[in-house]
Formats: sequence, C-alpha cells, structure tokens
Amino acid sequence: MASSKKVRELQKRREEIQLGGGEKAIQKQVAMGKMTARERIIELLDNGSFNEYDLFVEHDARDFGMEQKKLHGDGVVTGTGTVGGKPVCIFAQDFTVAGGSLGSMHARKITKIMDHSLKMRMPLIGINDSGGARIQEGVNSLAGYGEIFFRNTLASGVIPQISVILGPCAGGAVYSPALTDFVFVVDNISKMFITGPEVIKTVLGEDISMEELGGARVHSEMTGNAHFFAESEAECFEQIKMLLSYIPWSNSAERVQKEVVEPRKEFNINRIVPADKRMPYDVRDVIRSVSDDSAFLEVQENWAANIVIGFGRINGKTVGYVANQPKVLAGVLDVDSSDKSARFIRYCDAFNIPIVTLVDLPGYLPGVDQEHAGVIRHGAKVLYAYSEATVPKITVILRKAYGGGYIAMNSRHLRADFVFAWPDAEVAVMGPEGAANIIFRKEIATAEDPDKVRKEKVDEYIEKFANPYVAAAKGFIDSVIEPKETRNVLKHALEVSGNKEIGMPKKKHGIPPF
Amino acid sequence: MKMNYSEERIRKFNGIDESKLHEFVVEFRKYKTELNRKFLEREGWEPIDVSKVRSFIPGTITKIYVEEMQHVEEGAPLMILEAMKMKNTVFAERAGTILKINAKEGERVPKSMVIFEFDLD
Repeated sequence: MASSKKVRELQKRREEIQLGGGEKAIQKQVAMGKMTARERIIELLDNGSFNEYDLFVEHDARDFGMEQKKLHGDGVVTGTGTVGGKPVCIFAQDFTVAGGSLGSMHARKITKIMDHSLKMRMPLIGINDSGGARIQEGVNSLAGYGEIFFRNTLASGVIPQISVILGPCAGGAVYSPALTDFVFVVDNISKMFITGPEVIKTVLGEDISMEELGGARVHSEMTGNAHFFAESEAECFEQIKMLLSYIPWSNSAERVQKEVVEPRKEFNINRIVPADKRMPYDVRDVIRSVSDDSAFLEVQENWAANIVIGFGRINGKTVGYVANQPKVLAGVLDVDSSDKSARFIRYCDAFNIPIVTLVDLPGYLPGVDQEHAGVIRHGAKVLYAYSEATVPKITVILRKAYGGGYIAMNSRHLRADFVFAWPDAEVAVMGPEGAANIIFRKEIATAEDPDKVRKEKVDEYIEKFANPYVAAAKGFIDSVIEPKETRNVLKHALEVSGNKEIGMPKKKHGIPPF
Repeated sequence: MKMNYSEERIRKFNGIDESKLHEFVVEFRKYKTELNRKFLEREGWEPIDVSKVRSFIPGTITKIYVEEMQHVEEGAPLMILEAMKMKNTVFAERAGTILKINAKEGERVPKSMVIFEFDLD
C-alpha cells in the first residue's frame, strides 16, 4: 500500500497541474465567455467517466528561456470517457497554459490519444482552443502538426473524428479539423483562418475583423468548413451528443437499433408538396414525415441550403438523407451543394449508413460565376460519390427530375437499389418550357401567335413526358407510389437491403474529382 | 421535462414563409424560392476592358514611367506597383495613347483600381 505521504504528494501534484495556467489565466478565459479545458470535457462526457492521461507530461524546449518555464500538462488535456455509455477518446487544448500553443510534447499527447482511438475503434473528439504553433519550439512544433494531420488521414473512414472549435484555431492548425468528419463552431468564440486580419491588413491593406474573416457564422454560411453552429458552448455539447447518438462507433460497428416511434401527426405528407412545380416547400418537412418520431439532425444547415443532408432513423436505425431543397434557390445543384452532398454520401458509405435520396430539382444553377468556379468538376463529385457507394441506396422522386440532375441524384443508372416516384413526378431530359422551346423552335417562331403556340407545345410536352410512367416503362423507376405509402415503402426497401453485397473492381483507390 | 434546444430543433416543422420568396428562373421556368447570402453576394461578370490598366493587387505605386497623352508601344513599362515586398513592373499589353492616369507616385491603391486609361491604336 502506498504510504500516506506519497499519496498526499500525488494529490498535491494533481491539484497543481489541474489548475492549468493558474487562477488569473482562468479568470481571463471565463471573461471571454469560455469554459476551461477540463470543464468542457466534464460537460461533454458522461458524469464521472473521464480518465485523464499524461497529466505529468512536461515540455522539452531548451531555447529562449523555455527551460525555466513549467507548462502544466503542456497545454492540453487528454483522456478517455464515455458518451451515452459508449467509449470515446478526447483531447482539449488548454488556452490558459501558454495560450494552448502546440509544442512537441503537446502534440505527442494528442497523437498518443489518437493512436489509442484508432486502435480501440472509438470516436475521437478534439477540442481546439490554441494560439497556434509554439514559436519557441520551432520546427518541432511543425513536426507535431504533421504527425496529427497524418493520423487524421489514417483514421478517416475508420473511426468518427469530431473537431470542436472553442477559441482560435489559426494557421496550419486549421487543417486537423478540416481533415476530420464533423466540425462544430460556437458564435463569437470560434475563429478559424489561415492568415489572420493583421497580416491581411499589412500585406493587402484590407481591413477585416477576426469575426468577419473566420468567425462561426462565416464558416457555417460561406465556406462550409463547419458542420454544426451553436449559440453557446453548452448547446454545442448537446449537438455533439445528438450526433453521436446517430453515427456508428466505427466502420466495423453495427448501427444501433433504437425503439421505433411513428412520425408525428403534424407532419402530414399529403399536404407538404404543392402540385404546382414552381411553388416551393421545405423538404425537411418531407424527411420528418417519413422519419421515426419526425426527428432529423441536419448537417451544414446554413451552407448550400439548396441541398439538405443529415441523419434520421427509419425502423429504429440510422439512415443518411440527401434531398434537394426547393425552398432555397429552387433546389438547384451548384458548386457548393455538389461539394456538400458528395462528401456526405462518402461519409455514409464509409460508415455503412444507408442513403435515402429525395429528388426535386430544376437542374443546375446557371451563371458565369458557377461555370468559372468549376461546377463541372464539383458536380462530378456527386456522380462519383453515388456511383462508388456500396451501401443500400434508395431514391424517391417527389416532383422534378430533369436532365443531368436526374442522373446525378442517385438514379438507377448509378446503381440505386430502389427508385420510387410519386405520381406527380416529372422525369425528363429537361423541363417542359426549355424542351418545347428547342423541339418546336420553328413552329413557335413562325406562328402568328408565338405565345399561344408555345403554350400549346409546352402542354403537349407535359402531357407526353412530364410524368413518371415513361421512366417506369423502362424500369428506371421500380414503382410509382402514393406519398402516404412512402414511409412503409422505405421501411421495406431498407429491410430487404440488409444483406446487400456488391463487388467493385480491385483497385488501390479511385481518383475522385477532389 | 424541459426539452433541450437540439431535441426541439430536430423535430421542428418548417413550412414556407411567403414573404421571403423571390422569382428565380431556371430553363425558362419561373420558380418561387428563397435566395441565400452567397447567391446575393456573387460577383457579376463583366467582359475585360483592355483599354484600362488596373492594379492587379493592392499596393503602393513607387514609380510611374509615362505621362498623360503619351503614346506607348506594346510591352513598354508603365509603373512599379510594390506589394508584398515585391517590386512588380506593370507593362502595356497593347500599344496606344494614354488618356488619363488616375494615381500619383507614392500613392497606395486598392485592388482592381483603374490606373491607366488608353486610347488603343
């Protein structure tokens, strides 16, 4: 048995180190509206489940007077615990210790817990709050970042990796979150950028605040770097727990079977989608009307909102939804929405989550800016991701499925397992107005009343092609269903896809249009 | 039981707010839809006007080699635009007469400012 003297010494050491950068630094942290690293971990993990490692690690810097300085825990807290009773690995940078700066031992603590999470096949949660590289440690600090990025990449698609930005995360440091699966940001607290406002001002003369350059809103609305936006740290932790309730623990873990709760009554699927194809609706209402308990956890809600992605459950098990959103930009595909959906499809495929695709789009967003921003290259990502995915893939065409958009949205031709369509669906090479203008160009141009003839020809086209039966006659659509049958049809399709097995040609890896 | 924010949020019925809808044309058909910030802030495209020489980067003009009403040949140096500690010499891409010079030596200029206006040959 340890002598009581030794036990007291251990307690004293622990207490001292657990105070991080000391009372004064903690007060500063609190004044910024932030929790301390340990408080964050305790708030996020199940009560009393946190076990900390490497508490006694010390830095090994010997230059610029660093040998005189003691940095508690070297500015990062690492350990394991549970969320919802299941194990996770976690690290949290401690801004109160030398600004959470990353030195070689700090990095080594992080890579050690990363190695552990990969080896033990459990999610890794990283809380970032750091001023960046510890300049006094020079290239050792850069080496640390490189080791982290490498492990992020190795673990990608094997275990879920979650990044939580609760402070500055600047320069090279941003690339670890960017390599992980989900990035969480909090309003007024998260800041991410490669070069900060000061450098931008000096070099380019452009004056911009940190918030406008790389705040939480910018990354949620403009860049798509962030997947979840919260008003407070407490809300952010709720979101993380919510996400963890949906995703499998690793690429070899089964989806959890939850209790099946029928959708709520206020989601009446017959009333959501207007028959007039030009009128919008919120496709999330359709998703909720077919999901268990009408629950849908949306990912990247505010970025490229013309496509909706996220998780729900059907028959108690998680599915990934990809849905055109007629409410925003009429649901067109464009650079950002292609990027957003393609990555999500690959996430679902990597973690064996079946994909349910809801289709209603007029086509691609027209514009010079889109063409010059590479809508060809980005749009190709959607084709690639769907074609490559081997998880069960089920499509429901709600209304419009025209041209390239029809093909891209998990069509039969990209090996969808099931394609259903509602009676109002229009599957055609292009919209009626566009098609009539091309096919009947001469008749319209030479007519006495061009508008009248145009309208007749549009109606003729609608009569002939704007329905699901032409595609169904070819077997491109498996079944035309009533909206109210959708949930049961999806349930059944998922049930019979449970043992799906398909082969892919042997290759090292494909070359997706990154 | 108090429902926490996320629990409430993931079950919300959204519906449509008619007041936010705009007309939006794709393939000759007018749709009613909301527009997003990125779409509203997109930059319109204009053909490049080769008779105007603009600053390609924000910086300081440390030297101007030419005067107004002067005729210059293609490839003649026009100015030095110093930015990011680099002295960038800017050359005339076409021959012509300089009608107007909108900056002075020593002046700090933003990006894309018209510095020289030409009457091209």
